[in-house]
Amino acid sequence: MSEHTPGCDKVLLVQAELDGELDAAQAAALETHRQICPICRAAQAELLRTRGLLRGEPYEATPDDVRARVMARLRQAVPQAVPPATRPPRRSWSTLWGSGIGFGLGAACAAAIAFLVVLPQRNDLVDQIVADHIRALQPGHLEDVVSTDQHTVKPWFDGRIDFSPPVKDFAAEGFPLKGGRLDYLDHRPVAALVYQRDKHIIDLYVWPAGGAPAHLASESNSQGAIQGYNVAHWSADGMNFWVVSDVERAQLDDFVALWKKAP
Amino acid sequence: MLPHLDAAYNLARWLMRDPEAAADVLQEAMVRALTYFASFKGVNPRAWLLQIVRNTAYGSMALNRGVETVPIATESDEPVAAELVSGDDDPEVALLRSRESRQVRALIAALPVELRETLVLREFEEFSYKEIAEATQTPIGTVMSRLWRARQLLAQAAAAEGLP
Repeated sequence: MSEHTPGCDKVLLVQAELDGELDAAQAAALETHRQICPICRAAQAELLRTRGLLRGEPYEATPDDVRARVMARLRQAVPQAVPPATRPPRRSWSTLWGSGIGFGLGAACAAAIAFLVVLPQRNDLVDQIVADHIRALQPGHLEDVVSTDQHTVKPWFDGRIDFSPPVKDFAAEGFPLKGGRLDYLDHRPVAALVYQRDKHIIDLYVWPAGGAPAHLASESNSQGAIQGYNVAHWSADGMNFWVVSDVERAQLDDFVALWKKAP
Repeated sequence: MLPHLDAAYNLARWLMRDPEAAADVLQEAMVRALTYFASFKGVNPRAWLLQIVRNTAYGSMALNRGVETVPIATESDEPVAAELVSGDDDPEVALLRSRESRQVRALIAALPVELRETLVLREFEEFSYKEIAEATQTPIGTVMSRLWRARQLLAQAAAAEGLP
């Protein structure tokens, strides 16, 4: 066999067979040919030897320090993923949404986040909540009931869910209610309330505290950040509240404070 | 994309043949991937990511043309511990295997880059021909002949070195 001209035009099929690229019919036809072709038989033997040589070669897995550097670099780069031109400092969210820029921006943010969390690493509740929030950001998934009126959103949950979630609107404080949807978290249906802060979406998940597993009770006032999303949790009036958004921590804290003190 | 980080690093490592250069390429490629992720419309994120890694690596190689990089597997950079933790009961057999492994890796590293990347994607990433074609932006027929040539060269070099 020479290096550039295999000698028989079917040797590449011999190789393809070993690489799992042939279907049954092609493999059968090749087998028939191989019976009468010494070149192809020799090629097969040599390919098997070469494969044996490579078998068990260790994979170059990413060293931990390189992984850490990449993650740090990505975190640094996330704001750059969003072109500055689409981040005007003082434009109301309604103008942005009306002009369509807001959508593009939202899509860019969602893409950046989706990029980081193609697969959740852990399967705990916080991951579920963040994953659900990200899924909800995909077009057409955000709200089942679109209304800025809490008296429309609240009754919508009746009959769809076995509890009545509190619904509050904070339009005056800069967190207008956009709607609600039904979600499934922690093995039960939950109410998701959708709020907006400038160009950011805030998802608030509500469900009765009794449904929460014991390990969550200890986290009755927790907060954190995961995959670039800020997450906060509290319990009140027999309900669990989980809020997730890409707004800044301080704004999310404001939102939580508003919720806690509003009647 | 993060689940494919190892695949990305592995390709960068084999293309650049130097751990530091590979880490730089990986960082650059991941940032590029993040920037362009919104425009990704394909169905195979891994092949897409590795295509970016490859383009980044080629860009880096073009910049560093003339600068020698250290081949991926030399006698010195292979940790001795790897020899000791081998599952073989017989230390002599383990040592022999480890030496063979170093030789094989040096042979792969010595392959021309277009053959090397095709072989690495097939053997280590277990990419299909179609995926290799996508990642390397090469027709499938070329993928097949490159793979053939890579294996031929490897077999010949291995025979010359007395490898089984």
